[in-house]
Amino acid sequence: MIKVENLCKSFGGKFAVNDVSFTVDKGEVLGFLGPNGSGKSTTMRIITGFYPPTSGRVSVGGFDITEKPIEAKRLMGYLPESAPGYADMTVHGFLGFTAELRGLSGGAKKSAIERVIETCFLQHVVYQTIDTLSKGYKHRTCLAQSLIHDPQVLIMDEPTDGLDPNQKHEVRALIRRMAPDKAIIFSTHILEEVEEACTRVIIIDRGRMVASGTPAELKARSPSGKLDEVFRAITLPDTVKAH
Amino acid sequence: MNAWANIKTIMKRELGGYFTSPIAYVFLIIFLLLTGFFTFTIGNFFERGEASLVSFFTWHPWLYLFLVPAVGMRLWSEERRLGTMELLLTMPVTTWQAIVGKFLASWVFLGLALTLTFPVWITVNWLGRPDNGVILAGYLGSLFLAGSYLAISCMTSALTRNQVISFILSVVICLFLILAGYTPVTDLLTRFASPVAVDIIAAFSVMTHFEGFQRGVIDLRDFLFFASVIGFALFTTGVIIRSQRAG
Repeated sequence: MIKVENLCKSFGGKFAVNDVSFTVDKGEVLGFLGPNGSGKSTTMRIITGFYPPTSGRVSVGGFDITEKPIEAKRLMGYLPESAPGYADMTVHGFLGFTAELRGLSGGAKKSAIERVIETCFLQHVVYQTIDTLSKGYKHRTCLAQSLIHDPQVLIMDEPTDGLDPNQKHEVRALIRRMAPDKAIIFSTHILEEVEEACTRVIIIDRGRMVASGTPAELKARSPSGKLDEVFRAITLPDTVKAH
Repeated sequence: MNAWANIKTIMKRELGGYFTSPIAYVFLIIFLLLTGFFTFTIGNFFERGEASLVSFFTWHPWLYLFLVPAVGMRLWSEERRLGTMELLLTMPVTTWQAIVGKFLASWVFLGLALTLTFPVWITVNWLGRPDNGVILAGYLGSLFLAGSYLAISCMTSALTRNQVISFILSVVICLFLILAGYTPVTDLLTRFASPVAVDIIAAFSVMTHFEGFQRGVIDLRDFLFFASVIGFALFTTGVIIRSQRAG
């Protein structure tokens, strides 16, 4: 479903993403790991068509994101890192707006809104404006927006960020439930999350892919069999240099 | 295909945004108070003793200079500040659909403000027998004038996430468009430059082109001037938004 080939992105000559390639098929959940500023968000922004790539290709469902952006974007749901929303709109109004942009109207729109309100536990805040919501609710509202058209491809930038432990658990359960008939990419800092929800992991450091495999394969690289040790061993040089 | 549906959805949201916040009401009240003040007090509407809205329309280029950028400054700055731009532009909509939708919403809003000045029209019709064709042309010209300023504000608001900077930049650009054809300025220019050069500079001014409308003359060239200012500014908005993401 998602095919990324030799993707590069530079900002003012500095490479934020450097030669990243991978594919994600239906039924797969790909976890993006990496230290802060490693290029996870930039990669996601290119896949979703927000940033044009400097070089390389991205195709989603067979549509090239730079040549057929509208067709590719139709297949995707996207939760940006900051979980943005229009401050002055109600949750219901906001979901209605995104549903309409996704081409839903009338009864289909109504039932889609009801469905995501239920999946994302927004029942209590339906008619509140977004600027009055707590961080967790704001995050879930944006998550609801990404699911409104039941997309085949789901791109989530830190979907559990800012949620409490119960909510984190719910989101992970949601990802697992949706996994069989979607292609999902999500980024996270939480290593247990990767073990729990992903079928495959990519570790990115300073814009480059430094490791990829199933969670079990990566764990096997460390004598203790712990994912966080593997992560530290691969990405530590960067942290050390920074000091 | 569904381009119009997308534009309409974006327009509806943007217009709704004006009315769910106090912006719309504050703007409408200030706009109506100021037009009334300028028309009747400074413009000497009654003392003129003529059945026309000249004293009403004369002030529009100056009034819009501050009020239109106030409406337009948030268009893209706000999207960038909230991060919703990332959401909007990863939806299956093109950049130009988003630009046109947001522009039209604000233009409709300004049109509504202009429509609410109808008591002035009623007053002049009650007191005398004005040429309503001329008045209609004046309203049309005023609407295009507002649209031109608005497109410029749209452009400057794409440049920055800071609304104050966006406001000041668009006021300066609009001020230039006024002054290039403002009589005291053109008189000054004729001392240094040839009349042809002054005419060319004045041709870029909204004053020169708004004048025709005020006299009731709907000239295709004036219409084309406003349409091309709007077109150019919106096109530039698109270029700015695209280049920001290209890195």
